[in-house]
Amino acid sequence: MYTERVIEHFRTPHNMGKLDDYSAIGKVGNIVCGDVMWLYIKVEPDDDGRDVIADISWETFGCTAAIATSSMVSDLAKGKTIDEAIRLTNRDVAKELGGLPPIKMHCSALAADALNEAIYAYLSQEGKEIPEALRTRHERIAKEVAALEKRYEAFADKDKG
Amino acid sequence: MTRSIYLDNSATTPMAPEVVDAMSPYFAAAYGNPSSLHSFGRDAHRAMEKSRETIAQLLGARPDEIVFTAGATEANNLAILGAAFAAGGRRHVVTTAIEHHAVLYAAEWLRTQGFDVTVLGVDAAGRVGPGQVRDAIRPDTLLVSVMTGNNEIGTLQPIDEIGRVCRERGVLLHTDAVQALGKIPLPLGSVDLLSASAHKFHGPKGVGLLFVRSGVRLTPILHGGGHERGRRSGTENVPGVVGMAAAADLAFRERDAMSERLRALRERMIATVTQIPGTRLNGHRTESLPHIANFSFEAIEGESLVMRLDERGIAVSTGSACSSPDLEPSHVLVAIGVPLSMAHGSLRVSTGRQTTEREVDEFLGALRDVVDGLRAISPFKVGE
Repeated sequence: MYTERVIEHFRTPHNMGKLDDYSAIGKVGNIVCGDVMWLYIKVEPDDDGRDVIADISWETFGCTAAIATSSMVSDLAKGKTIDEAIRLTNRDVAKELGGLPPIKMHCSALAADALNEAIYAYLSQEGKEIPEALRTRHERIAKEVAALEKRYEAFADKDKG
Repeated sequence: MTRSIYLDNSATTPMAPEVVDAMSPYFAAAYGNPSSLHSFGRDAHRAMEKSRETIAQLLGARPDEIVFTAGATEANNLAILGAAFAAGGRRHVVTTAIEHHAVLYAAEWLRTQGFDVTVLGVDAAGRVGPGQVRDAIRPDTLLVSVMTGNNEIGTLQPIDEIGRVCRERGVLLHTDAVQALGKIPLPLGSVDLLSASAHKFHGPKGVGLLFVRSGVRLTPILHGGGHERGRRSGTENVPGVVGMAAAADLAFRERDAMSERLRALRERMIATVTQIPGTRLNGHRTESLPHIANFSFEAIEGESLVMRLDERGIAVSTGSACSSPDLEPSHVLVAIGVPLSMAHGSLRVSTGRQTTEREVDEFLGALRDVVDGLRAISPFKVGE
């Protein structure tokens, strides 16, 4: 069901672990739903003064697809300017992996969201201007998290007990 | 892959060579339709009835109490729907939250047909109490369905006690014995209906049976030529039935010795796996089928665990949501109160007659590596 590229990235994931000196972190997913991705970015200015994702890493709790998409999004974003990285979508991630089973497409969305959230966190903390598209996605992600938490409320309560 | 270790025998089992041998004449040589009058038909009919006698004798039933089906899903549906539609005025069915979906969804479907269904909860080990069944039975209850041993966590149910409750109240008892046949003595004397499936005990896929106690009335769910004494129409799967009989013969002969061996392997796994921090055993430590052990690992998702082990040639399964078609975690793990975060990290290991101690040890060694590796890339750290 998984493509060879997915299996390859799952078998030997790139950029895994936690960066020691990251600039910002994007946290998405929920443990009760089975996928959690934390994406760390280290942002540095390039020679022209543009913000560049100089280094990137991730920690993921999730299935084969979640781990492969974490690996792929980190490859795709590494070395890109923030402006370029913002434009990366879940479709780019899935395409580079040679596709994902339909039921696993949400994993590629999670990976793209994690990148979005890390960039959003970075721009916010630096007091920099946040592009409209990034803000819209951030609001959409926050809304989804709230909806998920509501959906799994009954289970979450059980967890506490 | 240099080697492969199959520890997913609850999903299906390899066919025993004796079973393949027993079946092979019935594909291209003795291929008659058992309903035909001529010698081809008579030969097939004879083989089928001999198989029925073998199975009946092993189970402790009468040959006419054995109905051949295309597997346990059909047997479970025939038992539940068949009993419901033959029940006259009674409209209520009792079952449990940890049944296989072939029971649970058949019962749920009955709701759409105007029946009432009570789904009993289970304790933290997955056991249902006879008292719960007694309390759930109403004057209009027609059937109670409780599995013999659970396919995900292995927990055994007190079928004999539940059977006594059902007898007292004049209610039929069905048990799904799919995982139990060949592993433990079957509670045949306590039940009215019992389902089994050949491929779970080293027989072929696509064939199973329903034991129907003499005098129990079922409305057929497949209509047609009136095969199986009108209870299940459709030309019988003669090679399958012959294979099921050969597999049952082997299973009953080997049962006690094999169960003892598999139970020791289960103990060995439990002792080693529970040494890994952030691990739990799902199910009952002792009141369990001998061949199933289910564990959960903190901070790890089960599908990844299965895939990492698969890379090493080890086949196991998980109740993780990510591995299920509906992205819901196992209903059995949820029913026994496993926190969702731990239900995602579940692993089912199921041994079989071909499993060796060495294979189990190799699995245990690989498991530790794989668990450590996945935890290293997880945002959640065990013990924090």
